Amino acid sequence: MDFLIDIPTLKNITYIISSVLFITGIKMLGKESTAVKGNFLSAVAMFIAVGITCIGLINPLVLFSGIFLGAIIGTFIALKVKMTSIPEMVALFNGFGGLATFLIAWSEFNNGPDSLFQAALVMLTLAIGGITFTGSLIAYGKLSEKINIAKTSIITKIFTTIFYISLAFLLYSIFITPFLLPNFEFFIVLLILVLLGGIGFVLPIGGGDMPVVISLLNSFSGIAAAFAGLLLFNNVLIVAGSLVGASGLILTVIMAKAMNRSISNILFVGYASSSSSSSSSEEQGEINPISVSDAYLILENASSVLIVPGYGMAVAQAQHTVRELGELLEENGTEVKYGIHPVAGRMPGHMNVLLAEANVSYDVLAEPDDVNPTMDVVDVAVVIGANDVVNPSATDEPGSPIYGMPIIEVHNARTVFVLKRSMSSGFAGVQNPLFFKSNTRMLFGDAKESISGLVSEFKD
Amino acid sequence: METYMLLGFVLILSVYLGLELISKVPSTLHTPLMSGANAISGIALVGALVLSQDGELQTTLAFLAVFFASINVFGGYLVTNRMLKMFKKK
Repeated sequence: MDFLIDIPTLKNITYIISSVLFITGIKMLGKESTAVKGNFLSAVAMFIAVGITCIGLINPLVLFSGIFLGAIIGTFIALKVKMTSIPEMVALFNGFGGLATFLIAWSEFNNGPDSLFQAALVMLTLAIGGITFTGSLIAYGKLSEKINIAKTSIITKIFTTIFYISLAFLLYSIFITPFLLPNFEFFIVLLILVLLGGIGFVLPIGGGDMPVVISLLNSFSGIAAAFAGLLLFNNVLIVAGSLVGASGLILTVIMAKAMNRSISNILFVGYASSSSSSSSSEEQGEINPISVSDAYLILENASSVLIVPGYGMAVAQAQHTVRELGELLEENGTEVKYGIHPVAGRMPGHMNVLLAEANVSYDVLAEPDDVNPTMDVVDVAVVIGANDVVNPSATDEPGSPIYGMPIIEVHNARTVFVLKRSMSSGFAGVQNPLFFKSNTRMLFGDAKESISGLVSEFKD
Repeated sequence: METYMLLGFVLILSVYLGLELISKVPSTLHTPLMSGANAISGIALVGALVLSQDGELQTTLAFLAVFFASINVFGGYLVTNRMLKMFKKK
């Protein structure tokens, strides 16, 4: 039984146990009933993997102080952050993970890669990590509305160009390595290029496409960790990194499908601006505004209500008021459901998190496929700050840029209330014929104020 | 090269396993899954701990990698846990 005392063997055995726990953990994260436990298991896996690695460290004081500082800052951010800022927090943490792999690759380069293959691997890891880092920072800036640079601005164009240059340089570097080991200057150029390139990767992507980018960056940080595992011959890094890469990829595909667009279209094209001219001429008609007190009368007599939230609800911070309205309606004998579109908001599941924060039970949150078949028996559909995800052009106007995107078909409900600040179009820049339908009533104004108006009418 | 082949094998199988495990996730859990997966990507911490430290630059790089990976790990797990605690069924 000598092998039990042998430290490297002991480490590897622990890594296997840790990998199994990671796999079980991420599997359990995919079910409501087991999610909390799944997260805990994966934290345990992380703990034992890190713990066993701490045996026999070269310079423990430096490293432990790194862990300690990181733990304090991470814990502080995680406990302080408001639930409404979750999207940007996830983006930020993701960026730090990417940065860590970027630094690992850098350090491995300084060690002098011992084979040409390893040199190529170092550069690939460096690139994915670097792009994940700066890309996530830009995503963070965009989500927290600290960065607001138009897609058409010259800054965006410069950075996008740098992104393409960095990709070309990366390919070049990988292809020349079979002939010569890259020298230091060569590597420094790549290092700077990928950091700037990451900015160019995310900068041109608009707000409504954020769910896709966030999931993709999430996937990247996993892939980067897996590659770092290849570099360092570390199994647990490879397994855990690959799991993250796969889960990010699945989310990316789900998000892209929910928009009926390909991933490359979202990343490299964006919504074509051609639609801007055609939208103004057609589909104009009568708009029917409604007052809060009239809306109340209709809601009071409704027997089933579907609430469809969008990014506007997040902006207005209206989720608590919405929950209050939902409860009052239920007390009044109305059946209340929430129709959640997968890409509503700025990250996958954004609306679900907001409503959960406001204490809405998750079993009344329904997906489009569940609510659409019974839409014609819904008395009132209340659209709160959503636009493109309820745009009927997606189903019946083949020329529309969003044609084919699965939507929540609120226009089939008996009455539709649209809570909106103004008549501006949604993220896709497409005019919404829903607003001109005969069964649609527009409730203009701040979503939170309109809903608290309804709530106080109910209470009187 | 043989080691790389073996490790590459582990990589491909793990990706495939991940795709199989997560393919059907209810949309309620999209955000927690993303954030939980994000915390797992902090496994880079294990890699950061074993980096070489000859010279000032290498030590600095190792320290920074450990520092940022730790933020990712601790922040990621705690945020995910906070978020999951909110999901309730009445």
